[in-house]
Amino acid sequence: MARALINVPAKAKRGDIIEIKTLISHEMETGFRPDNTGKLLPRDIITDFVCKYNGQEIFRAELYPAISANPFFTFTTVATESGTISFEWSGDNGFSATESAKITVE
Amino acid sequence: MIRGVAAVLIGAALSVSVIAAEIPSSERKSGYDLMAREIRAMQDDDTANPGMLSVLDGEALWTRKAGAAGKSCADCHSDAQSSMKGVAARYPAFDAARGRPIDLEQRINICRSDQQKATPFAFESKDLLALSAYVGRQSRGMPIEIPDDPRLKPFLEAGRDMFNQRQGQLNLSCAQCHNDNWGQKLAGAVIPQGHANGYPMYRLEWQALGSLQRRLRNCLVGMRAVSYALGAPEYVDLELYLMWRARGMPVETPAVRP
Repeated sequence: MARALINVPAKAKRGDIIEIKTLISHEMETGFRPDNTGKLLPRDIITDFVCKYNGQEIFRAELYPAISANPFFTFTTVATESGTISFEWSGDNGFSATESAKITVE
Repeated sequence: MIRGVAAVLIGAALSVSVIAAEIPSSERKSGYDLMAREIRAMQDDDTANPGMLSVLDGEALWTRKAGAAGKSCADCHSDAQSSMKGVAARYPAFDAARGRPIDLEQRINICRSDQQKATPFAFESKDLLALSAYVGRQSRGMPIEIPDDPRLKPFLEAGRDMFNQRQGQLNLSCAQCHNDNWGQKLAGAVIPQGHANGYPMYRLEWQALGSLQRRLRNCLVGMRAVSYALGAPEYVDLELYLMWRARGMPVETPAVRP
């Protein structure tokens, strides 16, 4: 399982704009780089990232070979209700990682 | 007599100018101070600093049993947060058995082969970088302090000589860029003072964590000079001099640099 770091405020006021940050460890091998024998290294990247707030999708990204290793995403949303914010990364070779964070909205 | 005095004065002036070429402590700047606001923010936030991913890997390795002895780092050193505090700030350190200084990566590998009876990690391997980043992280914010050990002196001098020695097809010395021209641009990038206060560090150019030796090899290749095998004593001498040169500056491991 890939290592991921997520930053979601634990508490927020209803209607507040909150910033969410995610970082995941991944080589993001482009498929264009030769190894030291000259053979191309096969592509191995994360292709999709989805963030859901209590099951409802609030952010989605498609990733391509030009994205750097260890992709970092930051985005904002409006704190509407208490619950869980979940994150899912998926990619080549069956790559899949999930994380979640609790948020209390007052 | 007067001529003798003049000669002494010239001698004194020369030695002063040699010392003056070294950056005085009041003007020392970490690479952190010279980089863009966005990259500084990345280093400051532990959930945005990609070096922290390796620190977490290192934390997991710290408690994992390895080798024929079936011991983990924690079995001897227990909690790294207390036992490793300040350790990275005083490496490279003198190793009596080998009769010369060794750096943190070599120290970890010696522990691995002697105590854990396991195969040493390859230099620049993910695991070795992760462990040294984890150990280095425990010294974050602490001042670099190379002990005043007379046994280190000849190696420190060798490192200093290498720093000041012109070499390679471009006939450059480390000092020409990092003492005399820091703050200027080299191909669009700011030349830092070259302090070794954040290794292993995450370079955005590498898209990975790397050791000080990787950085030194990078510079040597850029100067079209002969680089050494990773772990070579020449590198460790230079590392020792660079840490001594950065004495008093806070450790930033894992630092982020462009």
